[in-house]
Amino acid sequence: MAQSDKPRWQELEIGCIVTDPGSTRYYKTGDWASMVPVTDPERCARCGLCWVFCPDMARIRDQRTGAFDVNEFYCKGCGICARECPTNAITMQEVTD
Amino acid sequence: MTRRVGMEVSFALSEAVKNCNVDVISAYPITPQTHIVEELSQMVADGDLDAEFIMVESEHSAMAACCGASAAGARTFTSTASQGLQLMSEIVFIASNMRLPIVMAVANRSLSAPLSIWGDHSDVMANRDSGWIMFFVESGQSVHDHVYIAYRVAEDSRVLLPTMVNLDGFQLTHVIEPVELIEKADLGDFLPPYDPQIQLNPLKPVTMGPAGTPAMFTEAKKAQEVVTWNSRAIIDEVWEDFGKRFGRHYKAVETFHTDDAETIIVSMGGLSGTARAAVDKMRKEGKKVGLVRIRLFRPFPAEDLRRILSPAKVIAVCDRAISYGGPGGPLCSEIKSAFFGYSGAPYIANFIIGLAGRNVWVTDFEHIADRAQQLVLQEEPAPYEIIGLRE
Repeated sequence: MAQSDKPRWQELEIGCIVTDPGSTRYYKTGDWASMVPVTDPERCARCGLCWVFCPDMARIRDQRTGAFDVNEFYCKGCGICARECPTNAITMQEVTD
Repeated sequence: MTRRVGMEVSFALSEAVKNCNVDVISAYPITPQTHIVEELSQMVADGDLDAEFIMVESEHSAMAACCGASAAGARTFTSTASQGLQLMSEIVFIASNMRLPIVMAVANRSLSAPLSIWGDHSDVMANRDSGWIMFFVESGQSVHDHVYIAYRVAEDSRVLLPTMVNLDGFQLTHVIEPVELIEKADLGDFLPPYDPQIQLNPLKPVTMGPAGTPAMFTEAKKAQEVVTWNSRAIIDEVWEDFGKRFGRHYKAVETFHTDDAETIIVSMGGLSGTARAAVDKMRKEGKKVGLVRIRLFRPFPAEDLRRILSPAKVIAVCDRAISYGGPGGPLCSEIKSAFFGYSGAPYIANFIIGLAGRNVWVTDFEHIADRAQQLVLQEEPAPYEIIGLRE
């Protein structure tokens, strides 16, 4: 298994308390995912349908190329983007970590 | 000076809670716990105890109030029984992972249905995996002593776990026994003021009881499991210190005539007194019978039990609860697990006794010892037997 950046059990605070305010900003809900969409920028038609359909606003557009990709911090891996993509540019892959 | 007085055990418990200078008590009355909290509310009303007594509408709220008070850094007490423990159960499980050192006395009583106010261990066994340290006491004296011991263990910075003192409903709570009361002045520094390691404090804000994602939950549970096992060393340390100061020595597993015993009865809680009388009688008749009394149920003293029980031929484990559709009594199930995979395990027989306060006599324990010796001779291991069942 890949080395994780998350704390080991010995490193947790007593009673799992949160010591810093505003900590939900660092709460990576993308951790819930078991699948992640992988986009082929060559096939991406820049139509933005994945961005429209994504229920979690987890599609981001590359400002330079205009291609769309995943924001893994929020993506739960539902696969709607892959289903809706008209050019089949998105494939769902298992999360390995 | 310690005073030796005749006292109802519920009151001896309340007296110890008072001497511990608790800050907050929140409880809802339920038989057979009522005398404990009635006495405490009287102490608060009379000004003998400077504490908040929070009256609540249910046991669920009682434990919730205790969690809030404990999180704010208060020394906190509650007590319940039976359906009350079931109603508060949701919060009971929360207190342990939040590492809130609440002390709770459970006046063990059976669970409905059929409705019963009488004693057995089905209430606490339904909360077996709640993550609390669990003591089972057997006399008024050990009830009184274990309130101090429970607070000292629970609040130790290496532990910080809620702690439950189980005393049998009626068979302990409502009997009058001679008790040597430890006066507050004699307590000395055995129980220092509670120094919270984590606390709700507006000057240093923290979030307590946050959500645990799948990425964190497993680690949180591992940490809880390890701290619970590690608490055993501190419990032993506290018992030793208590013994030095007050002359009463407690152990996780206590033995009576076990050294040369071929048959050992294993019991937990108040019925151990009757079992002891039975062992005395059988010893006088030349029978090699001993008794083991388990005082600490969580963390479970598996190593102690293997060491003490291994030399015997037959073990007769007495349970005051049934795990329906399962292996019989929950205590016996744990003891069998403790021996699984170890060579030279004794034959382990299981007996269900004293459900809903049904009388258990000396003759019942004599029967249990005899019956366990018969069961060894059977080819197939026997399932559990219920003592005194009409069939």
